[in-house]
Amino acid sequence: MKKTALSFILMLSAVSLFAQENGVEMADKLRASGKIYVVVAVMLLLFTAFILYLFSIDKRLKKVEKGN
Amino acid sequence: MSKNWWKVLASVFVLYSVVAGLLFKVPTLPILHESIRNLYYHVPMWFAMVVIYSVAVYYSIRYLQTGDENHDLVAVEAVNTGLVFGLVGLASGMVWANYTWGAPWPNDPKLNSAAIATLLYFAYTVLRSSLDEEQKRAKIAAIYNIFAYPIMVVLLFVLPRLTDSLHPGNGGNPGFGAYDLDSNMRFVFYPAVLGWIGIAVWIVNIRYRIRKIENKRNQI
Repeated sequence: MKKTALSFILMLSAVSLFAQENGVEMADKLRASGKIYVVVAVMLLLFTAFILYLFSIDKRLKKVEKGN
Repeated sequence: MSKNWWKVLASVFVLYSVVAGLLFKVPTLPILHESIRNLYYHVPMWFAMVVIYSVAVYYSIRYLQTGDENHDLVAVEAVNTGLVFGLVGLASGMVWANYTWGAPWPNDPKLNSAAIATLLYFAYTVLRSSLDEEQKRAKIAAIYNIFAYPIMVVLLFVLPRLTDSLHPGNGGNPGFGAYDLDSNMRFVFYPAVLGWIGIAVWIVNIRYRIRKIENKRNQI
């Protein structure tokens, strides 16, 4: 009886240790609420816009190069 | 369009790194928390910068070999673009350091040497603008660039490793490869690096073509 109680306590402490190890705070709430996707959408929009802008600059430059 | 395949590929890689970098699983580590994702955005700036400076030094050597003015123009624009990537890398690193190391500039040897390396390349642009005669300017700038490059490499990759540094892979710290046990990160990190290198080369290419036209116009 004593032995099982002791092993039970040890097991519990191991569980709490395990929980501490994984207790690093991450953006879980942001993920759960789904609002991280808003950030992804905004960043995707900005990056796509700038890449398209770069393509348009490239195209315009090609025209100038042909004219020269 | 087939000539532009690498521009499209680089764009796709960068866009992928935005989505995957924010959504994919990352290791849960104390201090870093979610900011470990900065690895996908901050570090590729430095990779791109080093590649661009390598392009610059290659064209500086080519210029000295051939005397072809266009090689000099590529070298200038590569340095100009590299400076932008270096400054963006410093700025993004300062934000990250502020929240993980407690200060934007914690006098880490890698920060100081990155700043010196950036100043070294600013000196290149100052040197160029102080010389009027074109061939002399191209020659002196090319020689300076060839000397600056190994100093930059030593400042960024050798000296910080000899002392204590907060950066992973320096001063006895394990490299990122050692402590992000999550190999998932590699699937985002490597495409991000390749994508940003592609974007940087693309910007150099555009700037070089503009400079070539300006150069032609100035000679007429």
